[in-house]
Amino acid sequence: MHLAYPAVLAALLFCVGLYGVLARRNAILVLMSVELMLNAVNLNLVAFDVWLRDTLHTGQALTLFTIAIAAAEIGIGLAIVLMVYRNGGTSDIDKLRDTTEVPGADDPTEPAGPDTAAGEKAEATA
Amino acid sequence: MTTTTLAVLVPLLPFLGAAAGLLLGRRAPGFVRPLAVLPTLAAAVLAVLVAARQGGGDTIAAATRLTPTGSVPIDLALHIDGFAALVAVLVGVVASCVQIYSTGYLRDDPRYPSYAALVSLFTSAMLLVVYSGDLMVLLVGWEIMGICSYFLVGHYWETPEARAASLKAFLVTKLGDVPFLIGLFALAADTGTFRISGILGAVAGDGLDHPTLIALLLLAGVAGKSAQFPLHTWLPDAMAGPTPVSALIHAATMVAAGIYFVARLLPLFAASAAALTVLAVMAAVTMVGSALAALAQDDIKRVLAYSTIGQLGYMAGALAVGDRGAAVFHLLSHGAFKALLFLAAGVIIHAAGTNSLTAMSRMSGLTRRIPDAYWTMTVALLALAAIPPFAGFFSKEAVLVAAEHTALGDRTVAPAGAGWTILVAGLLTALLTAAYATRLWLLAFRGRGSAAPDHGRQPLAMNTVLWLLAIPSLAFGLAVVRLDDWFDGHALTPTAVTAVLGTGIALVGGLVTYAVWRSLSVKAARLPAGPATPETVAHPDAEPALVEAEALQLPHPASGPTDPGRPLLGPLHRHAADGFHLDAVYTALFVRPVLAAASLVRFLDREVVDTYVSGAGTGTNWLGRAVRRAQTGNVQTYLSALLAGSVVLAIAAVLVAAGA
Repeated sequence: MHLAYPAVLAALLFCVGLYGVLARRNAILVLMSVELMLNAVNLNLVAFDVWLRDTLHTGQALTLFTIAIAAAEIGIGLAIVLMVYRNGGTSDIDKLRDTTEVPGADDPTEPAGPDTAAGEKAEATA
Repeated sequence: MTTTTLAVLVPLLPFLGAAAGLLLGRRAPGFVRPLAVLPTLAAAVLAVLVAARQGGGDTIAAATRLTPTGSVPIDLALHIDGFAALVAVLVGVVASCVQIYSTGYLRDDPRYPSYAALVSLFTSAMLLVVYSGDLMVLLVGWEIMGICSYFLVGHYWETPEARAASLKAFLVTKLGDVPFLIGLFALAADTGTFRISGILGAVAGDGLDHPTLIALLLLAGVAGKSAQFPLHTWLPDAMAGPTPVSALIHAATMVAAGIYFVARLLPLFAASAAALTVLAVMAAVTMVGSALAALAQDDIKRVLAYSTIGQLGYMAGALAVGDRGAAVFHLLSHGAFKALLFLAAGVIIHAAGTNSLTAMSRMSGLTRRIPDAYWTMTVALLALAAIPPFAGFFSKEAVLVAAEHTALGDRTVAPAGAGWTILVAGLLTALLTAAYATRLWLLAFRGRGSAAPDHGRQPLAMNTVLWLLAIPSLAFGLAVVRLDDWFDGHALTPTAVTAVLGTGIALVGGLVTYAVWRSLSVKAARLPAGPATPETVAHPDAEPALVEAEALQLPHPASGPTDPGRPLLGPLHRHAADGFHLDAVYTALFVRPVLAAASLVRFLDREVVDTYVSGAGTGTNWLGRAVRRAQTGNVQTYLSALLAGSVVLAIAAVLVAAGA
């Protein structure tokens, strides 16, 4: 099998995961998207391991590491989401804005600087 | 002990006394008086011993290398000739008298310990100047005197006059000291040494490359310290200090230093006829101007201050005609009688409760209250007016004789023009000096009106000192027959022409003043009596220094009807009373530009520099506010920014790799 197939598949998986992480509102779905991204990487690792015929199979070993770390990550992540939901009654990421800098808290007549516009643009592109 | 050891101890003892006084003044008040008087007294005795051993013979010279500087070395050197020995005796005696007098005069003053220590330091610095054989070490003493005079003139620093006067004394003398320092360096560059003996040897040998320039630069410093025109304005204002300080500054230290310095290096100045001419003109202007100003002053101490300037003019005149023997002779006799005049004036101010001559002229019976001050002041005024056989007569004659000889071509050290200038100005000043001395005496002691306040006898320490100083004022002139051995060997005895001329002119001045005063008081006696004096008289029962401090702040009464100065000077009176508006000239020339420059700097600092400084803060603040806007609290926004950044970096890395 040619390397292109698993590579393209991994890229697609990664992009789907990335879209999920950046665009989904539900925290659990964001975590699942992270899993997708991780697994895209795993797929790449295995495919290249086979393609390069590595005698030590470092790609496969690294994949096992990644799976273990992903398991731990999703465990802790889900626990945190659970606690957030219990505390705030929601797991909607858009509503979890406790660290917001209140704009113009000390100077409401502040004119917007160029950096603000850049930040808003970044938000818009996301 | 060897003479060298004794000579080293002379400046050292008052210095140690000053250090001990400053250290122990607060903790051991009982030691303050002994620490002030004894070291100075011991220094005076040692100075007499040194003078006796030196005996006008060979110069005592000793030196030890202080600092190898790489170019011109600085030595700790002694250079004691007849001039140094005698001037040191004068400094020691006058300083001792001032210290003893101060124990009575400032007996309750809370700042007496520091005052006494500063007087000791002042004395020590002057003795260093007198004995030092190295110009750099001399300069150290010179500058210490400057700072000590600042502190002592500002003794009553609660009053704005004293603060202004001390600053003025410091700044005006510094105005002269800067060229002085440059002159010293130029001199050292020319001769390769700071040692006086070396410099005199170089002058006698090859001569200097720039004698006129060096002499003029040095003269600027001398004019500042010795209060010669146009740098004399600090001296009358320095009267804001306590009277003993005035006596010390005027008689033995500070103002004497400039004259003494020129006397030491006279061959250097004599090498330049231009410098001698400048000195002669300076001295002549100083003499006549100060005598006119003295005739118009109302403050008794200001009269004496202007008379000091005039007498220093005589000394500078003697130097300008190249006779340092006469100059130092006048320095010595003037030191004695001027110290006496000031110390007696202190007693008078205490007794009368005012320093205004007009106020004194409205008091009667002052002579009965302070007979000691009356008699000694009379002696000193006669000496000041150069009436034979008082000390001032002989020394002033020595100056006039030197000027006459130069004018007539018998002496060729200085140009004849300088001799004529000094002779004419000297005789004119003799007339004016006798006039203002008479005026002072008449106004202070022959006043009419209510009786002077009575507050007991003056302290014994003060009266003793007056009589002690009256002896040299009376009899020092008789030393003239022996004195020329100590100096250059020129005879200092009066000649018939100048003696008759000088004495006659002085008598005319005194008698005219007396006649004017007499006719004025006859007229005034017919008029109704003027207002009583109490509003211008200080509280009489306090200690002397407090009375003086209080008297300084009292308003002076309008000129009295019996003041002979006004009719004698006529339209000049107004200008003379104001010191010929020289202060206004200085204000226009220096004070206003400096103040304008200061306000410009203030503007630049406040409005320009501060704008940048505060702008740095404000700009950062604005930037911070702008960046804070990006902090939305949405994690996905942050991640998006992170992704965008990573992509940009990756593309950049790829581009760079591809480009490379």
